[in-house]
Amino acid sequence: MSAPTIIMITGALVGASCGLVGAFLVLRRLALMGDAISHSVLLGIVLVFAIFGTRAPLPMTIGAGAIGLLTVALVAWIQRTGLVKEDAAIGLVFPFLFALGVFMISRFPTTVHIDVDAVLFGEIAYVPLYRLELFGRDLGVQAFWTLGTMFVINLAFVGLLYKELKLSTFDAGFAAAVGMSPVLLHYLLMSAVSATTVVAFDAVGAVLVVAMLIVPAATAQLLTRNMPVFLGLSMALGASSAVIGYYLARAIDGSVAGAMATVLGLMFLTAFLLSPTQGLVALVSRRKRQRQDFLRELLVAHVAAKPDGVPVTSLHEDFGWARATTARAIREARDQQRLRLDDAGVLTAPDPA
Amino acid sequence: MTQATLTNVQTVPPLAKSVIEVRDLTVAYNESPVLWDLDLDIEPGKATAIVGPNGAGKSTLLKAILGLVPIAAGATRVYGAHLDTVRNRVAYIPQRGTVDWDFPTTALDVVTMGRYGRIGWFRRPGKADRAIAEECLAKVGMSGFAKRQISQLSGGQQQRVFLARALAQEADLYLMDEPFVGVDAVTERAIVELLHAVRDAGNTVVAVHHDLESVPAYFDNVVLLNVRLVAAGPVASVFTEENLRRTYHAPANPIGADGTTTTVRAGSEMAPVKAMLR
Amino acid sequence: MTPLAQLSLDITWDATLRNVILGSMILGLTSGVLGTFAVLRRQSLIGDALAHAALPGICIMFMITGTRSSELLLLGGALSGLVGTLVLLAVTRWSFVKQETALGLVLSVFFGFGILLLTRIQHSGNSAQSGLDRFIFGQAATILPRDVAVMGIVAAVAIGVVILLFKELKVVTFDPAFAASIGMRPDLLGVVLAGLLVLAVMIGLQTVGVILMVSLLIAPAVAARQWTTSLAGMVILSGIFGMASGVAGSVISSLVDRLPTGPMIVIAASIIVIFSLLLAPQRGVLATYRVRRSRARRFRAELALTDHHGVSRT
Repeated sequence: MSAPTIIMITGALVGASCGLVGAFLVLRRLALMGDAISHSVLLGIVLVFAIFGTRAPLPMTIGAGAIGLLTVALVAWIQRTGLVKEDAAIGLVFPFLFALGVFMISRFPTTVHIDVDAVLFGEIAYVPLYRLELFGRDLGVQAFWTLGTMFVINLAFVGLLYKELKLSTFDAGFAAAVGMSPVLLHYLLMSAVSATTVVAFDAVGAVLVVAMLIVPAATAQLLTRNMPVFLGLSMALGASSAVIGYYLARAIDGSVAGAMATVLGLMFLTAFLLSPTQGLVALVSRRKRQRQDFLRELLVAHVAAKPDGVPVTSLHEDFGWARATTARAIREARDQQRLRLDDAGVLTAPDPA
Repeated sequence: MTQATLTNVQTVPPLAKSVIEVRDLTVAYNESPVLWDLDLDIEPGKATAIVGPNGAGKSTLLKAILGLVPIAAGATRVYGAHLDTVRNRVAYIPQRGTVDWDFPTTALDVVTMGRYGRIGWFRRPGKADRAIAEECLAKVGMSGFAKRQISQLSGGQQQRVFLARALAQEADLYLMDEPFVGVDAVTERAIVELLHAVRDAGNTVVAVHHDLESVPAYFDNVVLLNVRLVAAGPVASVFTEENLRRTYHAPANPIGADGTTTTVRAGSEMAPVKAMLR
Repeated sequence: MTPLAQLSLDITWDATLRNVILGSMILGLTSGVLGTFAVLRRQSLIGDALAHAALPGICIMFMITGTRSSELLLLGGALSGLVGTLVLLAVTRWSFVKQETALGLVLSVFFGFGILLLTRIQHSGNSAQSGLDRFIFGQAATILPRDVAVMGIVAAVAIGVVILLFKELKVVTFDPAFAASIGMRPDLLGVVLAGLLVLAVMIGLQTVGVILMVSLLIAPAVAARQWTTSLAGMVILSGIFGMASGVAGSVISSLVDRLPTGPMIVIAASIIVIFSLLLAPQRGVLATYRVRRSRARRFRAELALTDHHGVSRT
């Protein structure tokens, strides 16, 4: 397998994994918790390496993932003291843990073979070099195994707990009432996010995971309201951003992870502007129509309430509308035969009979 | 504009020379009407309650009068003029729940904010302003709490501080949004007495109110509102069983989902009426 | 000579160190003061998006002009930071995407785009590029006397506006509806505060960097809130805490080799927060714990007393 293919598949696995768990982050309004976790796992990765001297995937995922959960718990604790507003609590915790991580990297560079560049945008170019060997046999690219396993775990997590996740996302109170534990589900989801972030670290770095977690789901949200379609779309967008991002990065000779985030941003922008149901273009024209309908209905009701009718001349001044707005509302109402304009310039409503 | 409003006044006879004139007022959030084609006059020197079910547009009416929400159609006037020219004559007490009570400030400081409108931009409150603030805090029985952090006050005490802030504005017209929500019985009585004192001094009081039972005791006039105006006038003549039924058992939304005028009756929120009639 | 004496000697004689300390003080002061309003208005994380969104602007400015001057680069950063903020507002206003999602989206996409441009500049082997990555974690040692002067002017403008409009900012932050009813302009003052926030972030990028800048807006303000009951007190204390973190962090990072400034300033600010949350009188975690425990003890004592009476009476 050629290096570009390996890199694209790796990126696609990251995109799909993040797209899946990120979908629930976005639905549950926890996008910034994803942001916080992705920053603080850096400290976990450095700590695991400093203490155990290994970068093996399993201890790394568990150890660094635990720091991710610690972040969630710490934010929750600070919020519970009532001393700090919610958004500020997040903004206190993750910069501190991230700063500690960077501090350790720069202080003990000989023991921690992670440099600051890797933190920022990963080392996806080196992914083809790391191969999984077991009993002296080469089993292929290590990232495929780690990311593939993570993707399967995420799929299984969402598949097995789909009903629970869906219910507790849309109605936490009801879910608790029928015997589900929203807290347990919350921490399970956060565990999945933390583990996914750790595994994705090599490919895209700590900071850009956020883009993979949030943007595919935010884009998919603008395109569908159907839950399974939404999840599938989020994964597909994440994965395809890797492929397109790779070519973009090669074309302008820059970081693959940065290019993936850029591509995701462009995807979102496209959906934001052009989504047939919720895009800005559709929204603006619909709002304009609704507003015109609203003004016409207001006019009809206003005139209908006055038995003597309303002189056209005073109308736009009564309402404080522009002349054009008034004229248009009158025209529409007359076209619909719901208002009459007599020769004296007085608007009346025809009898309901 | 002036002329148009005047011609319209003739079609809707005012109760008396009115403090607030509302003409053909429609307010909508996202093209869904909150207030619909409203004509209303508020009588001077009286305490007026605005009553209606949730979502009837009670708070929005106050905000529209104060120019705090965009108006889809119509106009409001205060003391016969545009609000901007008479702002110093109007005091507004928002709902207590809309502000952050963990804000780092003291009771006296909040009351001093009542002076800000008169002080004007860039200038600081002076000794005289602080003296007025202290005086107003005393009027609501909160002198002992002047230096107290506002987060440490009870709901009733916070409402008294808000009331003191309004008094510090030295206004003629007091607009209050749910002044009795979440306050204890003692505070409620104190607030009512104060409202009556303010009214008896010749000022006008308008309050959004949700407790039907206390309306006759607390207020002179009542405005029954459910998106449209149902009735307005002296409590004795307007606050009737029939009018209340129409207020609480009326089509809430004049525009249906298909954009056409609807007359479907949405039976809801009869509970307060029933409790009242029991 | 003791390390402390050595340090004071260094400050007197070493121009670089003096710049570092002055620059960090100005930064800490400004972000502490403006962070107070951001935190109270629950807009602290908008500063995060703003800072991240500055990176592509810095890179684009470099690609266009090839300049190494911080002011020009930061001007580019300010522009793209503003674009990021506008995108944030547009997305929350015009779609069903929630604000926190939009925040994460803007900061990660803009940052990713910035990284793409930065790596492109690095790969192009332009000899002048060496300085650009200083904006990611901050490198106080690169602060020139000129930069300090610019930072000082910007900070003076920002703090001057806060002093001039203090009363207005206070009432608008505490009770926007009331403020509007007395003729203040919450929308206008919101724009003023956002503009000042941009200035604070731009001052900070060279010292703290885009990723951790948000911490300097939040941490000093949160710490200050625990010790005071007035807005003026909070603003002043927050400025002092900001200055202290800036000085401590930048001095440590300039004394120790290879230590980026930003993380050290953030660690210093975080330590102040931890102390404040735990130890502040009245509000602090320990104080509330002690009050709750003494209340429980008194309750138990009273219970025991009534119990005793009950027993003796029968």
